[in-house]
Amino acid sequence: MFDLLKRYWKVLNSPSVHFSLAFLTLGGFVAGVIFWGGFNTALEATNTEKFCISCHEMRDNVFAELKSTIHYSNRSGVRATCPDCHVPHEWTDKIARKMQASKEVWGKIFGTIRTRDKFVEKRLELAQHEWARLKANNSLECRNCHSAESMDITRQSPRAVEAHEKFLFTGEKTCIDCHKGIAHHLPDMSGVPEWQ
Amino acid sequence: MKMTPKWLMALAIIAIAGAAYAAEPITTLRSTAPDQESPAPRISNFEDTDQKRPRNYPEQPPTIPHDIEGYQIDKNANKCLSCHARSRTGESGAPMVSITHFMDRDGQFLAAVSPRRYFCTQCHVSQRQVEPLVGNSFVDIDALLPNNSTRIAE
Repeated sequence: MFDLLKRYWKVLNSPSVHFSLAFLTLGGFVAGVIFWGGFNTALEATNTEKFCISCHEMRDNVFAELKSTIHYSNRSGVRATCPDCHVPHEWTDKIARKMQASKEVWGKIFGTIRTRDKFVEKRLELAQHEWARLKANNSLECRNCHSAESMDITRQSPRAVEAHEKFLFTGEKTCIDCHKGIAHHLPDMSGVPEWQ
Repeated sequence: MKMTPKWLMALAIIAIAGAAYAAEPITTLRSTAPDQESPAPRISNFEDTDQKRPRNYPEQPPTIPHDIEGYQIDKNANKCLSCHARSRTGESGAPMVSITHFMDRDGQFLAAVSPRRYFCTQCHVSQRQVEPLVGNSFVDIDALLPNNSTRIAE
């Protein structure tokens, strides 16, 4: 085994006999571009709503629920797609989330939420993961669109003004603390703090 | 059949009534014939002023002075109670659910809102600025009582 490794190391360590330096440099560069481009293209392909709802688990449950909410249908026609809220936009965070998502691939393969009943049963746990994630990053995915600086509270309802002044601008709470269940239905909330 | 004055009179009354009836078009809530699709009325927004509205009579369930679009009230969750529940009013500043809502139907007080009072929008509704389709001649009791008392005094 060690001998084998040693042999390969010798091959890698010795200068090329048949290929020119220019070929190896440029070839390596081109191969790198192709690999990196391919990687990012594949990454972006998995970061689309079309990809998410290609599975019935998403299409029939959470996506169906999203459709009647303001994040899908509204007066100006601007809408949020799945990854806008559920995948971080920064590259490193995105990769971290995508690595976590390998667990979701596992779930897909073994049908963890294959039926409506299974999904409903697991729903609270899944929701709690998302709440915890948004709580930890100070509702970053909300703030990608809804920034506190650009929020004109004079154009909000009196109730919203009071709540935002008291909790949002002071940093006492973050978006997800109050705005749960705005894009999907809530799971059974018994036992969740601040809910009945 | 003999045309007696009585018969002539009856015919005349029917004719006059029929003419009066035909002259005035029948008003219905429908703007087109029943077998045709009528244009849908415009949807207006919820009144969202956060201003308490006085009740029209003492037993009236107070109307909701804010937008409740998308509020989930089902066996899983009650969005209203996330502000109006007793334990939540400190933070939210919302009025607490009335104590009568803690009573079960035998008049026993429970620790939290009674299941029979759980579905808020069964009685409490938000309001929209719309023209009523049907008129209403409701008179407030305060407007009614002075009249009564003056009549009695007379």
